[in-house]
Amino acid sequence: MIMKILFFIAQLAAFLLFSPFLSGLIARIKNNLRMRKGQSIFQPYFDLVKLFSKENVVSGTASWIYRVTPLVVLSATLTAALFVPIFIFSSSASTAGDFLVLVFVFAAGRFFMALSALDTASSFGGLGASREMFISSLAEPVFCLAIFALYLEFGSTGIIASSGFHNFTAASFSAGLALFMVMLAETSRIPIDNRETHLELTMIHEAMVLEYSGKSLAFLEMAGHIRQMIWFFLIAQIILPISVPTFTCNSSVIFSAAAWFLWYAGRIILVAIAIAVLEVSVAKMRLFRAADFFGFGFILAVIAVIAAIIKV
Amino acid sequence: MNKWLTLDPLGIFFWVVIAIVSLPSAIFSIDYLKTSKISKRLIMWLVLLVFVGSMTVLVVVNNALLFLVFWEIMAFSSYFLVVSDTSHEKTVRAGTIYITMTQLGTVFLTAGLLIIFKYSNSFDFWLMHRACTGMPHHIKNLVFILFLLGFGTKAGIVPLHLWLPYAHPAAPSHVSSIMSGVMIKMAVYGLLRFVFYILGIDSLWWGVTIIILGLISSLVGIIYALMDKDIKRLLAYSSIENIGVIFMSLGLSAVFTRFQMPYFAVLALIACLYHLINHAIFKSLLFLCAGSVYTATSTKDIEKMGGLIKKMPYTSACFLIGAMAIAALPPLNGFVSEWLTLQAFFTGSAVVTNGYKLFFGMCAAMLALTSALAAACFVKAFGITFLAKPRSRHAENALEVPTLMRTGMIALSCMIPVFGLGSIFILPWLSGIAGYSSGFTPIHITLSSGFSFVTANPGAKFCFSPIAMFLIFSLIAIAAGFLYLCRGSKKERSYNTWDCGYYTLGSRNEYTGTAFSKPFRLAFSFFLLPYRKTQKVRESFYFVKTFSYETYTTKVFKKYIYQPALNAAYKIAFSMRRIQPGSIHLYLAYIVITAVILVAFMRKL
Repeated sequence: MIMKILFFIAQLAAFLLFSPFLSGLIARIKNNLRMRKGQSIFQPYFDLVKLFSKENVVSGTASWIYRVTPLVVLSATLTAALFVPIFIFSSSASTAGDFLVLVFVFAAGRFFMALSALDTASSFGGLGASREMFISSLAEPVFCLAIFALYLEFGSTGIIASSGFHNFTAASFSAGLALFMVMLAETSRIPIDNRETHLELTMIHEAMVLEYSGKSLAFLEMAGHIRQMIWFFLIAQIILPISVPTFTCNSSVIFSAAAWFLWYAGRIILVAIAIAVLEVSVAKMRLFRAADFFGFGFILAVIAVIAAIIKV
Repeated sequence: MNKWLTLDPLGIFFWVVIAIVSLPSAIFSIDYLKTSKISKRLIMWLVLLVFVGSMTVLVVVNNALLFLVFWEIMAFSSYFLVVSDTSHEKTVRAGTIYITMTQLGTVFLTAGLLIIFKYSNSFDFWLMHRACTGMPHHIKNLVFILFLLGFGTKAGIVPLHLWLPYAHPAAPSHVSSIMSGVMIKMAVYGLLRFVFYILGIDSLWWGVTIIILGLISSLVGIIYALMDKDIKRLLAYSSIENIGVIFMSLGLSAVFTRFQMPYFAVLALIACLYHLINHAIFKSLLFLCAGSVYTATSTKDIEKMGGLIKKMPYTSACFLIGAMAIAALPPLNGFVSEWLTLQAFFTGSAVVTNGYKLFFGMCAAMLALTSALAAACFVKAFGITFLAKPRSRHAENALEVPTLMRTGMIALSCMIPVFGLGSIFILPWLSGIAGYSSGFTPIHITLSSGFSFVTANPGAKFCFSPIAMFLIFSLIAIAAGFLYLCRGSKKERSYNTWDCGYYTLGSRNEYTGTAFSKPFRLAFSFFLLPYRKTQKVRESFYFVKTFSYETYTTKVFKKYIYQPALNAAYKIAFSMRRIQPGSIHLYLAYIVITAVILVAFMRKL
């Protein structure tokens, strides 16, 4: 029991400590690819610290929904982070939920984000909420069908089942690609959304958090980083299944821990690099083209299902 | 029990549903009806009593004829409740549409029952069940279609849903709450009793048809709900969506019954019954909340509301809980049943043939789409109604509703977390009922161990613990809340919402419900066929004085199915006039001819 709780805390700590780094890394790579010097990789940490010591400005029209949202979103995201099998030995961590539960936990955070965006009576918030719900509605069937393909392939909806111990199959690969497209939407990346701009024509996520400041904004930013890391992790597990380095008995604990860490971190960073390259090389899509984008994702998921059925 | 009544587990289940919804609604109605005259109030309560009573008896009768009698009492008493507010012409029209549709359903139902009677020579359920085993396939198919049409009309399955968006908004809120929470579920009871039990699932296509109808209903229902700005009509359309979800798992259960796989049939049926009771709870709660909002603002148009969360804290909190449940947010009850439905499709796919695997996958994906759209719909419903600034004077002057109305709502909202977090303890009970009603020799499947849902069945592994999840969530939330309150800058300032530096924002600058649903309207334009009406009033060629802009969506089913059918019916009726010249001799001749034909027909059959 104590071991389990320790693993829980370790997993939370891993997400809390490591997730802002990924955002910083992506921003840096993007800047360097654009021939700019770019910010420090650790800029997201500085931002969080800065936000935490800033004054909190609350809109006069806002109600308690606006106040609890950062808390709900962050807690829901962290709960979701616990479902992810980083510490594979603590497999009981994922008895709390499976892949399908994860879909709905993310939905819970999104629900409150959208409500808080409407709460301030700003039309920016309204358009952000409307677009976010629209995009997520399109992404959801793709998400579900990709999980369905993984289910057919591995015989369980548990995240554990697709924890990277499987072989590389056509089904898992194309389901992973479909999930990759969902991830681009869920983590507000180009071509669906762009976090770097505050132009009302394009912004989705930024429009929703426009009114937030200080500690509340820090919470929401943190939740965004963690959600992104969960997604990277899942994608890495599904698309890049590499079996765990086998340890012989005489290899030291430190060595095995290091190998294990590299195994996880390396693949997550690979996904982050892929995202960064993708973001500088494609343009943002018009909002209503998102339907086509997810249509393609859906077809990928269907292919994954068929591949899983005929056991390619 | 005796010749007429049998109380079986399924009946008890529906009694629970009736009780859970009716009691809070009745309490709610005491204050809700306070403004009307005492005589009218008494009549309404009497009719309500008959309505609820008829449903209570309906689920325990043992005889098809009695079933029909109580079915009709239910239909007529609810009709009188719908039209109780006779001051509006709209209400009367809604009532007419409702009673016409529901009687049409009864026609199919009666036809189906009479065909079975031809074989059983009795209206007793048990004898009818026995007689059906020897019935030829094509007759069974025919009876199934008749039952599906009959019960489908009551359930509001697309395309038989026409009455629902009329009757629910027109009825007083506590009545819509019972109608939507319980009455439309009676159709599910009917299907379970007459198709699953009496007729027995005979062909695979029955289940598949039910699934597809459910799928279409859920998508059409939620898309219409998303477009609507009348809060009660929005809820009515969302009922169509949810009954669609219920039908999907019901159909899945039928498919597995035909496949002779008791485990999966029962699993799907558990999902079906659980979603049924959950929907009964949250939908009646939402209708009661809508009634409170209507009482406070005397409008049902959400575009005229806003800011009510500050004026009506209790109502808004209750509506929020209901909205969260219906949007399937964990760990509330709507989520658990939707998750179970998805699991039924997922796990079921492991044991069926390839074509069905793909079909189930598509169903699961569409279910996910539905639930995401439902979340969007209820973000709109809650956000536009309760948040931001009031959009009209009515909303500005709204006051919280009286105690008894609040009591009804709070009672129902307490049920939501109970049925969500406590689902582990409720499912064994449900599993017994589903095992009983599935038609297999009563089997009992276990879905839970300790505090989690776990199945040991090979090919159907899943695990999830709402309680554990909620505990983890609360611990994290407490820690985060502590961090928020005690660390970092404590400075806080209240200021205006950012207005781009121009002028102070008014309620006219807010996002509206119509604007919120615009992306959906465009994405589903192939089905919604939106059109707009613009009108310019010019003072001169160069100066437009006023400009009005209205946007509509085409109600496809009404325009392309019901309107032509109605026109054709009128046409036929007019041409039938010719055989009614008013001569009594001719009429007597008609009666004789009819009798002769009937006798000949009965001989033939």
